[in-house]
Amino acid sequence: MASTNPNRPVQTGLLGWVDDRFPSAFDFYRNHLAEYYAPKNFNFWYFFGSLALLVLANQIITGIFLTMHFKPDASLNASGVPVAFASVEYIMRDVPWGWLIRYMHSTGASAFFIVVYLHMFRGMMYGSYRKPRELVWIFGMLIFLLLMAEGFFGYLLPWGQMSFWGAQVIINLFSAIPWIGPDLSLWVRGDYVIGDATLNRFFAFHVIAVPLALVGLVVAHILALHDVGSNNPDGIEIKKHKDANGIPLDGVAFHPYFTIKDIMGSVVFLMVFSIIIFFLPEGGGYFLEYNNFIPADPFKTPPHIAPVWYFTPYYSILRANTVAFFGVDAKLWGVIMMGAAVLIFTLLPWLDRSPVKSIRYKGPIFKTALAIFVVAFLILGYLGILPPTPGRTAVSQICTVLYFAFFLLMPVYTKIDKCKPEPDRVTK
Amino acid sequence: MSSDKKVDDVDCGRRRLLVATSAVGGVAGIAAAVPFVASMLPSERAKSAGAPVEADVSKLQPGQMMTVEWRGKPVWIIHRSPEMLESLKKTDAEVSDPKSERPNQPDYAKNEMRSIKPEYMVVVGICTHLGCSPSEKFKTGAESGIDPAWQGGFLCPCHGSTFDLAGRVYKSKPAPDNLVVPPYKFVGDTKIVIGEDTETKGA
Repeated sequence: MASTNPNRPVQTGLLGWVDDRFPSAFDFYRNHLAEYYAPKNFNFWYFFGSLALLVLANQIITGIFLTMHFKPDASLNASGVPVAFASVEYIMRDVPWGWLIRYMHSTGASAFFIVVYLHMFRGMMYGSYRKPRELVWIFGMLIFLLLMAEGFFGYLLPWGQMSFWGAQVIINLFSAIPWIGPDLSLWVRGDYVIGDATLNRFFAFHVIAVPLALVGLVVAHILALHDVGSNNPDGIEIKKHKDANGIPLDGVAFHPYFTIKDIMGSVVFLMVFSIIIFFLPEGGGYFLEYNNFIPADPFKTPPHIAPVWYFTPYYSILRANTVAFFGVDAKLWGVIMMGAAVLIFTLLPWLDRSPVKSIRYKGPIFKTALAIFVVAFLILGYLGILPPTPGRTAVSQICTVLYFAFFLLMPVYTKIDKCKPEPDRVTK
Repeated sequence: MSSDKKVDDVDCGRRRLLVATSAVGGVAGIAAAVPFVASMLPSERAKSAGAPVEADVSKLQPGQMMTVEWRGKPVWIIHRSPEMLESLKKTDAEVSDPKSERPNQPDYAKNEMRSIKPEYMVVVGICTHLGCSPSEKFKTGAESGIDPAWQGGFLCPCHGSTFDLAGRVYKSKPAPDNLVVPPYKFVGDTKIVIGEDTETKGA
């Protein structure tokens, strides 16, 4: 379909030849880069979206090369070591540069969650989930959910002790669901215990099913964002003030202005990322847990098991449930609360009743609530890596209540909060 | 654009046919998912791997425990000493299902000792909470590091559930049930077959 837009730039030569036959390519470039106008007041917090894309690319590229050497096989080799575990050690020791590619992938997983948590926090601060960006937010939450699945599936593959017992605990969560639970967890495992069948299917999910869905959702997330336009630290709509050509007065073209800014962010990120990969690839036992350097042993649970750090806040919420309410046992409550804690973010666009979007103009109650939420989240994350004691369980119970209170009380406290008036145009 | 046209223009016969065809196509689409979903169930090979296993307990001294593999799970055989059996009377009040009312064992193990012969405890070593394997804590009292009144038993490292020497779960712990007793039978005095009993003839 030839464009009827009289302002459409005319390409000549080879580009003209391509443009005549494939105008969508140029339309895409203009709609999403050269003529996508983003608010000029983006700050530090706006690095993390593009960084998430960078880490996604890192995970896909390093992942492709890892699959060339990895074997999803739980049987024991001639030396009595599971083949999958041995193939990871083979990558680390014998494959040229294999150690680097593997560490880029395993550290990349932690980097992904750091970047995504900060990206989500940015959205919570500046009200990026508010109308008209609800779908952008929901797509983002689905990405977060798939990312957790991706991390979980991937963590089983090295077939270490933590891989095995972590998966054992999480798959058994399904068995807490009434009626269908035990059959469901049998179906997920494909065997009566976690074994070769489980490893093979987790490999399939990890390398093709989930990444495919993830990339599709990332496209939906960005397309939906570009349809409604980006939010900004002031939480006001730049589309309210446009010049004669219909370009927002407070917007600047994404390319070259924000591509340059994001390249700068990427450079700084890659510097930090490289330092971790080269000098601290296991993240002190948090990115790759020490127990995972022991091959999976179905008969011996390690004395202390904990999930990788990015799951620990939710793991703490799971463990915090020790009481049977309303005749539902504690185990099922733990599972429900953990699921709810992840999914509740989806409701934010409707829970926030504040007249303003950005924290800059919100009142003291919201600021306090957000601060309490962040502290509760961090404490839950910290407690999730420690073995439980009665005192710690009590603290995690308090933090679980605070976590949910942030969301469930939001319709009330955002309404009574004293907000400042929003400016008409973006500030510095 | 066709949306401007009046509803009268719709050919109801064709519309009905369209709806019927779509519905049948949808059913076919759902039916096509069945083989894919079913392919994830345990395979015939996995099902047949559940054969019974035999354990010789003649060398197991009182107070000792051994582990055998059955269906990929650890099964513990504990030779309980008289003191250990005595401890089960003390824990009666502290465990949540002292009489094994809930169906976590075959009928022949539904007794206070949860076993066929009191001195031999046979139990699947998988926590009923989330499937970790509890570790043995046979030392009693303060030495166990659990509780000065500890009578010996098992502690799950994952979420802190505790079990006594009959695999009965203590009250107010994350695990909802006692450890599971598998079907088993004695062949002679010192041989135990796990996964098969006199009632079921193979499991």
